[in-house]
Amino acid sequence: MHSKVSDPVGGGQLAGTADDPIGEDALPDTARLGVKLVVAGAFGVGKTTMVRSVSEIRPLVTEETMTQASLGVDSTAGVETKTTTTVAMDFGRITVDEEMILYLFGTPGQERFWFLWNGLFEGALGAVVLVDTRRLEESFGILEKLEESGTPFIVAINTFPDSVSYSTDEVRQALDLPPGVPIVECDARRRDSSRDALLTLMHHLQKLADASELP
Amino acid sequence: MSDAPDWHEDSPERFFMITGGRAGHVEHAALGLVTLILSKAAPKPGMSLEQASVLRLCRSPLSVAEITAHLKLPFSVVTVLLMDLLSEGNVEARSPAPIPKSAMPDRDILRRVIGALQSL
Repeated sequence: MHSKVSDPVGGGQLAGTADDPIGEDALPDTARLGVKLVVAGAFGVGKTTMVRSVSEIRPLVTEETMTQASLGVDSTAGVETKTTTTVAMDFGRITVDEEMILYLFGTPGQERFWFLWNGLFEGALGAVVLVDTRRLEESFGILEKLEESGTPFIVAINTFPDSVSYSTDEVRQALDLPPGVPIVECDARRRDSSRDALLTLMHHLQKLADASELP
Repeated sequence: MSDAPDWHEDSPERFFMITGGRAGHVEHAALGLVTLILSKAAPKPGMSLEQASVLRLCRSPLSVAEITAHLKLPFSVVTVLLMDLLSEGNVEARSPAPIPKSAMPDRDILRRVIGALQSL
């Protein structure tokens, strides 16, 4: 009956390790509002690098698991098939002030799993889409998904050492971006450059907020 | 009987044990990845290890996402744990409902985030 994971407290299995699990990463007691931004982009485009370069904590990983336990039950009596799919996202954190905490989530690379994360874009202030000019076509699905979900976004061209330099106009054209969507160059490894990309997004959001208030 | 079964870290069976088999799709709707959780009580005998761990983790406010990362449990499993702790008053959930998809973010939030980014 007993399992490792459901023993009552006092079993002592976590004793000693859990006394101060957060340590110096603890948030102030006054923190009461969590907000989030999404760093989206194709696999290997530098999402985690960007999250890491601005985060105040070592990036963490959150997971969601989906178990399709009933697949095939109807058609194959008595045969139980279980498929477990795990989708992982890296994220980091920036303390805005004593009340507000900003979280940055890197989307999972394979956008076909995004349905598992319906909550990811919901409530997000906006998204930075990182693109690599060597494989722009891999961003099409992500841009489409963002437009569908109505999440405001900007595009940041992550400059890789061996990437051919295109003008932002050329990239805009290749991605078929609407004129209102800002596009910037950035180096995701650099804190100041990643911060500037995030600021471009925030100023874009302010503009959208201004526009939505016009009569 | 005291031998623990051969659990795989992320086996469905393990999650079933932790959540008592409840999926909790409806009831955890109010908990998002960035909802901040704060303990209101100390771990008590009879609690599961996971519940006790949440209470220790959340002695200062902590997001649901961070709780999932520290416990190495999926989001949906953690939300079930949290719903139990919430319903018994052992934790407080500190975020307003998520911003509706269509609504523009609050200007005050934007202004404060910009200020924080500028001082990075």
